[in-house]
Amino acid sequence: MDRIIKCSEAIREAIDQEMAVDERVILLGQGIDDAKGMWGTTLGLQKKYGEERVFDTPLAEDGMTGVAIGAALAGLRPIHTHIRMDFLVLAMNQLVNIAAKTRYMYGGSLGVPLVVRAVIGRSWGQGAQHSQALHSWFAHVPGIKVVMPTTAYDAKGCLIQAIRDDNPVLFVEHRMVHQAQSHVPIEPYALPLGKARILSSGTQLTLVATGHMVMESMRAAEVLKTLGLSVELIDPVTISPLDSATIFNSVEKTRRLLVVDNGWLNCGFSAEVLARSAEHFQGAGNISYARMGFAPVTCPTTKALERQFYPNVFNIAAKAADMIAPGISLSEELCPEAPEITLFRGPF
Amino acid sequence: MHRQNYYREILRIRRVEEEIIRLYPSDKIMSPVHLSIGQEPISVGACMALQPEDVVFGTYRGHALYLAKGGDLRQMMAELFGKVTGCARGKGGSMHLIDLAHGVMGTSAVVGTSIPQAVGYAYALKAQKSKSIVVVFFGEGAMEEGVFYESLQFAALKKVPLIFICENNLYAIHSHSTGRHAQPRHCDRVEAFGIPARRIENNDGEALHDAVTDARNAILKHGAGPFFFEAMTYRWQEHVGPGTDWHLGYREENEISAWKACDPVLKLANELDPDILTRIDAEIQAEIEDAVAFAEGSPFPQVEELYTDVYA
Repeated sequence: MDRIIKCSEAIREAIDQEMAVDERVILLGQGIDDAKGMWGTTLGLQKKYGEERVFDTPLAEDGMTGVAIGAALAGLRPIHTHIRMDFLVLAMNQLVNIAAKTRYMYGGSLGVPLVVRAVIGRSWGQGAQHSQALHSWFAHVPGIKVVMPTTAYDAKGCLIQAIRDDNPVLFVEHRMVHQAQSHVPIEPYALPLGKARILSSGTQLTLVATGHMVMESMRAAEVLKTLGLSVELIDPVTISPLDSATIFNSVEKTRRLLVVDNGWLNCGFSAEVLARSAEHFQGAGNISYARMGFAPVTCPTTKALERQFYPNVFNIAAKAADMIAPGISLSEELCPEAPEITLFRGPF
Repeated sequence: MHRQNYYREILRIRRVEEEIIRLYPSDKIMSPVHLSIGQEPISVGACMALQPEDVVFGTYRGHALYLAKGGDLRQMMAELFGKVTGCARGKGGSMHLIDLAHGVMGTSAVVGTSIPQAVGYAYALKAQKSKSIVVVFFGEGAMEEGVFYESLQFAALKKVPLIFICENNLYAIHSHSTGRHAQPRHCDRVEAFGIPARRIENNDGEALHDAVTDARNAILKHGAGPFFFEAMTYRWQEHVGPGTDWHLGYREENEISAWKACDPVLKLANELDPDILTRIDAEIQAEIEDAVAFAEGSPFPQVEELYTDVYA
């Protein structure tokens, strides 16, 4: 049986269902036991599973990541949460030098079954240190998987798989995506990591988007449809290991590839997708490539500038339209600001 | 404490390290080595107070700890030779020794990084109602890292079954601790977290053994913990490599004489029966020869192994 729920509800359900069947699963993170419960994603879990399995942590990202790794080495399956991805910078040493390398540098004798949840912020002035998307940093390092689902259905299935996975998995969420709703089965189910999802089929352009940019790109695709333009929208879901084949198959057909990453461009995920595609096709058949992402600056707080920092429905649609049919005109009025941004109220 | 075993364990580690020094110019060990000579009594004293199921975490200067906890000598030597029969199939080397069967949970080359893992491991043991404990070894340089204090704080908060052992050998590479520490009373800082802390002078593995024995009992019988011990010791060789480093001028050669005066190998050799000493020497020599032959005779990993064990 399924019903429509929010992504944040799907995340909570995934944790709850895995904790119910596997006593090794523990949940730790700053404030996970408070009244807000990390936007509802951890609400009630401490009461249900006890303070030993579900606990608040000191403000010590580096140390607590090491603690989570140590618990994983001892056979537990920790889920360590961060309310902002920016805080992961404090945990880089443990994630990169230990979690990602343990299996390899000890010759496969042990591994780190750890899930790290990190939430990217946006809007209401999240600014320089509450809005960063660092998935590309982690995808650079062998030994750690990076997942970034954008539908409630994928969020539940991927989180369950991440918890069951014997590798360290970085599970990237987005504050704007938390509100997204979709059909989600009540029963537990696991989705394979490393499998992209085609969100809408099309023939003229392959649009690969990540994080909140998936929601924006979906709207852009709808706008383009009204102009008679056909876009195939692909959500990679897993950033690393990347399902290149699904992207290549699509580009084979459309001959146009636009990547809209929820992050900066320089040395990032968008560059990886284009590079793989260029290597694969080797210039055969005149494929056009483009990418969009955050402006190459620190994220500003004021709305007047923040609005320009992110790709939006209009400029994604305009870029795609220009690639398919150069010169075609597109009215900005067709592309209002995303409702989750307009409606979002802080302070958090 | 069984003093003959104590002597034997220390001597065994020292002879292994001396064999590494002897082999090093042959370039069969093509990786950094951080030798433990001089510091072995700390690993041996502490590990003799542990049970096989207890778990230790260590540092890149980890040969002594690995061997003292029961780590397999053949696999260690093969690891140093980069052979597939090594404890990490040649992928870890001297700085990443591991022997899960004997509770050696790994050693890290980034100072201080294994400390929070030991805390997390101990947290899991407590949650699993286990009857074993964790001991984490690190140098006084690690006490300068922020993660050390984060680890102390969480370990004390959750009262985990863990013993912290700081092997204070006074130097971080070539920097003396007086140039790095605002105040030298490490135990005072640890006690501020509510953790019982004690300093043990003179490279005294026997005193450390007794202290660890008591701490382990208090943890398992009364739910006490964590504990902290600062064991004063001294590195005889250079920071990394097979030689000495007196010529660098950062420490005086006569500094070592006080440490040699309290060295258990030199001291206990005068107390034990000469026949027993001869037998111990011969046994150790045979074991080392066997381990080196094993390493020599083992194959290197197949090139396909480059791509294995990145993911489960």
